[in-house]
Amino acid sequence: IFLFSTRMQKVPVLLFLAWVCFLFYAGIALFTSGFLLTRLELTNQSSCQELPGPGSLPGGSQGKPGACWMPSRFSRLVLVLIDALRFDFAQPQRSHVPGEPPASVPFLGKLGSLQRILEIQPHHARLYRSQVDPPTTTMQRLKALTTGSLPTFIDAGSNFASHAIVEDNLIKQLTNAGRRIVFMGDDTWKDLFPGAFSQAFFFSSFNVRDLHTVDNGILEHLYPTMDSGSWDVLIAHFLGVDHCGHKHGPHHPEMAKKLSQMDQVIQGLLERLENDTLLVVAGDHGMTVNGDHGGDSELEVSAALFLYSRTALFPSAPPEEPEVIPQVSLVPTLALLLGLPIPFGNIGEVMAELFSGGGDSHPHASALAQASALHINAQQVFRFLHTYSAATQDLQVQELHQLQKLFSKASASYQQLLQQPQEAEASSLKTLTAELQQFLRGARALCIQSWARFSLVRMAGGAALLAAACFLCLLASQLAVSPGFLFRPLLLIPVAWGLTGAILYAGLLLTTGSKVDSVVLGAVAAAGSLLPFLWKVWVSWGSHRPLAPLLPVPTPVLLLLLLRVATFFSDSFVVAEARAAPFLLGSLILFLVAHLHWEGQLLPPKLLTLSRPASSAPTGPPRHSGTYALRLGMGLLLCTRLAGLFHRCPEETPACHSSPWLGPLASVVGGRAKNLWYGACVGALVALLVVVRLWLRRYGNLKSPEPSVLFVRWGLPLMALGTAAYWALASGADDAPPRLRALVAGASAVLPRAVVGLAASGLALLLWRPVTVLVKAGAGASRTRAILTPFSGPPTSQADLDYVVPQIYRHMQEEFQGRLERTRAQGPVTVAAYQLGSVYSAAMVTALILLAFPLLLLHAERVSLVFLLLFLQSFLLLHLLAAGTSVTTAGPFTVLWQAVSAWALLATQTFYSTGHQPVFSAIHWQAAFVGFPEGHGSSTWLPALLVGANTFASHILFAVGCPLLLLWPFLCESQGPRKRQQLPGSEAEARVRPEEEREEPLMEMRLRDAPHHFNAALLQLGLKYLFVLGVQILACALAASILRRHLMVWKVFAPKFIFEAVGFIVSSVGLLLGIALVMRVDGAVSSWFRRLVLAQQR
Amino acid sequence: MKDTDIKRLLYTNLLCVFSIFLSFFIPSFFLDNFSILETHLTWLCTCSALVTGVNLLLYLVVKPNVPSRRSSLSHKVTRVLKCCMYFLMSCVFLHIIFVLYGAPLIELVLETFLFAVILSTFTTVPCLCLLGPNLKAWLRVFSRNGVTSIWENSLQITTISSFIGAWLGAFPIPLDWERPWQVWPISCTLGATFGYVAGLVSSPLWIYWNRKQLTYKNN
Ligand SMILES: [Zn+2]
Ligand SMILES: [Zn+2]
Repeated sequence: IFLFSTRMQKVPVLLFLAWVCFLFYAGIALFTSGFLLTRLELTNQSSCQELPGPGSLPGGSQGKPGACWMPSRFSRLVLVLIDALRFDFAQPQRSHVPGEPPASVPFLGKLGSLQRILEIQPHHARLYRSQVDPPTTTMQRLKALTTGSLPTFIDAGSNFASHAIVEDNLIKQLTNAGRRIVFMGDDTWKDLFPGAFSQAFFFSSFNVRDLHTVDNGILEHLYPTMDSGSWDVLIAHFLGVDHCGHKHGPHHPEMAKKLSQMDQVIQGLLERLENDTLLVVAGDHGMTVNGDHGGDSELEVSAALFLYSRTALFPSAPPEEPEVIPQVSLVPTLALLLGLPIPFGNIGEVMAELFSGGGDSHPHASALAQASALHINAQQVFRFLHTYSAATQDLQVQELHQLQKLFSKASASYQQLLQQPQEAEASSLKTLTAELQQFLRGARALCIQSWARFSLVRMAGGAALLAAACFLCLLASQLAVSPGFLFRPLLLIPVAWGLTGAILYAGLLLTTGSKVDSVVLGAVAAAGSLLPFLWKVWVSWGSHRPLAPLLPVPTPVLLLLLLRVATFFSDSFVVAEARAAPFLLGSLILFLVAHLHWEGQLLPPKLLTLSRPASSAPTGPPRHSGTYALRLGMGLLLCTRLAGLFHRCPEETPACHSSPWLGPLASVVGGRAKNLWYGACVGALVALLVVVRLWLRRYGNLKSPEPSVLFVRWGLPLMALGTAAYWALASGADDAPPRLRALVAGASAVLPRAVVGLAASGLALLLWRPVTVLVKAGAGASRTRAILTPFSGPPTSQADLDYVVPQIYRHMQEEFQGRLERTRAQGPVTVAAYQLGSVYSAAMVTALILLAFPLLLLHAERVSLVFLLLFLQSFLLLHLLAAGTSVTTAGPFTVLWQAVSAWALLATQTFYSTGHQPVFSAIHWQAAFVGFPEGHGSSTWLPALLVGANTFASHILFAVGCPLLLLWPFLCESQGPRKRQQLPGSEAEARVRPEEEREEPLMEMRLRDAPHHFNAALLQLGLKYLFVLGVQILACALAASILRRHLMVWKVFAPKFIFEAVGFIVSSVGLLLGIALVMRVDGAVSSWFRRLVLAQQR
Repeated sequence: MKDTDIKRLLYTNLLCVFSIFLSFFIPSFFLDNFSILETHLTWLCTCSALVTGVNLLLYLVVKPNVPSRRSSLSHKVTRVLKCCMYFLMSCVFLHIIFVLYGAPLIELVLETFLFAVILSTFTTVPCLCLLGPNLKAWLRVFSRNGVTSIWENSLQITTISSFIGAWLGAFPIPLDWERPWQVWPISCTLGATFGYVAGLVSSPLWIYWNRKQLTYKNN
């Protein structure tokens, strides 16, 4: 009955929290489905036989082999894709400007062969600045470069899960036309176009630290393939420049080397090119000053595009400043030049001057040729718009109508021109060209605008659901500790209602034959369960009492929380959050210290104690000296500031310099500096270990013979050793002698896995035997029996045990006291007797350190210092918070708002100081290679898990460690009174004074004394933490929806929302696990006590 | 507590406000191109000196605190020396706090220190004038139910509002408005000044509104 009844208390708490999490998830999903751009992918294909519109093929070439919508100009194509070839990398350098110093930037003017060709053969070559649509990630760009369409935002994060392109694209058209495509380079193409290539040499694109494997692999095959002649289209996708940008940034000498190598490649191709071959050199996107990409900054969206053929292509010499064209223009241009139909979904505009027929053709004929190319393109785009608007209601009707009119007008005048080709004037040709271009640009703009259109209903619904869930958290966290409030009956009915609603909704949809949208289904279920709950609370509470006392009064802490939430609505503050979060944390800390003083909860500092009247209240929080709180506060501020030294600058602040300490040790130049840093990192590791061991020893939990304690004693140092060895290998792998390379590679795969395995086994041990107490049941029983004999009846009855357990505890304390008395003569007194009082937090701390090690391993070496600071900070913060929390004897226990807010702020601050930013280009992809130096093959979930664990490490640690906020004040109970004793008397006196004079500190056993209040407090803690996180995600959602037309929405607000949403999910799962761990320990302690009692009864 | 006391408090506080207004104009008589934003450090020094001077003057004229029983010369000298030391220490302490809050450690040291000086002027100098170099009395004034006169009450309000003003002044810094007053530490010093002025103006009013509820131990 005992165990059963407590379990029944615990399970509803966990279930309730899980239900609240579900409400938040449903809200997030609903909002996301309305906010993140979506586009319908049509599977229609263009074909040669079917023209995009009425009319006949120009030049009467219908039916001829090799001809399609237009006669082909080139039979072969060499496409050289240099990843992240920014426009200025290829820009010609006018070095002979007098008076200007020669440019010393490493990447400038390294592609000399382009410049030479442009000067020598102005009618054969052309350089463009191609304007890239964000998101500037490689896969999105490859999709755009082959389909001519506009990949939407949601793809940006899914670089891991490449999927085959279902839309019509150039590669598909080429294979349909029977052309042989040879591909070499980035293996992203393998996923995008499975089985499309007649010959392919794929190289893994994932290892961004590797500059040369892909490029050297391509070079090995490029010229032999080219010479063999068994190809029609040759595609080479080089990755070295991009990887060099990620590893070193564009301003590194390595970039100059890489670009020079690319220059040689182009030179070699130019020499081997034949007359029927078109050469295209293109960058898929640019890169920022840090060498990253993914966003929409000017440097990221400007890529280079270079065209060359041995036959004259262009009617005029290139303009002084290269022309700016949209990147997707390449798609219809290449399609028509190669004699292919333009891909069905293309919205690019053909580059008309390429269809003018070279330098020597008649101006009238060339203008007509340009117009017909544009007309074919316009017909194709019109057909696409027509089909698309028939399939969905995305496109705006009015503008579509206007475009239709424009198109029919242009089409009519084109037909008219074709009737009388001789009489056509140059001016009417010009207007026709302008009209066609206007239509094409308008269509493109319409598509961009419509695919950036939001579902306002879903967004509002999602935000409302999030707000309601936040309100529920607020309400329930106050209700949780109010007496006689039972969640089980309250929970069951709403969940039943929610399920009923969901089933009804699904049934309704199924009977009407429409598709079931799981997001809407979840939202209906959430709303269906939320509303009855609020209604029931209202009925049971609000009808006869005012609702106001249920809501917390606006304290300065809540105002601070509100201020923090308000900052999410400004892009400047979101960008500057790395500095704003420590600032707010520091403010909160100093406020806590000042508040303690203001409320008189501090004793005056020692130098002022002389005349203070002894008016200390008997109950209330422990009183500490003022300097104690001030020391804690200053220590916290110092740690926060030190952690702030590890910061990564956002792209928006060019004046800011990122900390070099966030880079891997391998990038440190100079053996001495490297060794010193390595020593510091290992020192941080050892310090982390020592801190935890000292803590466990202080509360006596290190003495227990339990396996989990043994693991802490022996397994943890082993993990530290493994980590240190891995770091040594990783930082010095490049210097290893060749014959040891294989060994080093093997070890750097095995060591991290071994550490993770150790951590997992440690956690398993902890879950198996979480009670870390030294007492042997037999020894305790012999003396306990004498006290316990007055109790009669079965030991399993609840009341009996409630009565017995504190007795056992006190008795054990006494017994330890006796043992201490004996040892006192020999040496200093230890506090080993308190171990049962710290049994919950000992398990938590052990779990946290076990979790911290694998997470640490995923980061760069020097982030270990941040992890050390993290543990110190949370230790100091917990002490500071405990100083302001009163320890009541028999509940109800409460967790203060300031505790939860400070904890959440600390988590945010750690997210930034571990080198993260809420933008996609700042994700630490290299974390996926820890333990897998060779990559992952086709598996995607494991690298995603590793990168996710790296990104959300601080969320995980702080969410799991959240119950410490509840436990720590009880843990500090042993300090407070002792300090109070020490202050008036001398220290020696306090030590000698027998401790039985006052009541033993029960510490965490107070929680066990009132299991109902314990569970309620855990529930309150979980709800308050969920509220603090939930308000953040609500603010992000509101900011993203209100500012959806803001310039920065895709750069700042949308990534922030996504990171915050994923962080919320990770945190909520961690929170549930942490609370479950405390409950597991509680259950284990219960059974431990029961065994003790049974042993005595026998 | 009499209304005349509150009136006196109001006038002294207004005099302090006036000294700050003066600091906007006095330097322009001596310097050609003085402006608060561009020659900010000059203004900081002037303002700090003026406010200190007015505070000392008011202290000598109004004598709001109970006169000390011992008034030997050596005692007075040590008291003054102690006050100077306390002021300096508070400047250094505030400087350290600013750096811990995220102010640059090496660059702009002078700016940060002068910010500490002016915040000390608004907070420590009135404390020193009213309470003397007596940390115990300071701690008493800044705790719940610790004030014993309207002067101490006003001190409490102005000090807290100066700190809050300086704190709020940090918020515009990250905004991308590119205004000259967003440069560190101008917005913070201006915030502290506004906070101080607001405290000076509002404290007599607040005391006047709440004069029924306020009961001081000694009055
Ligand atoms: Zn790329
Ligand atoms: Zn890249």
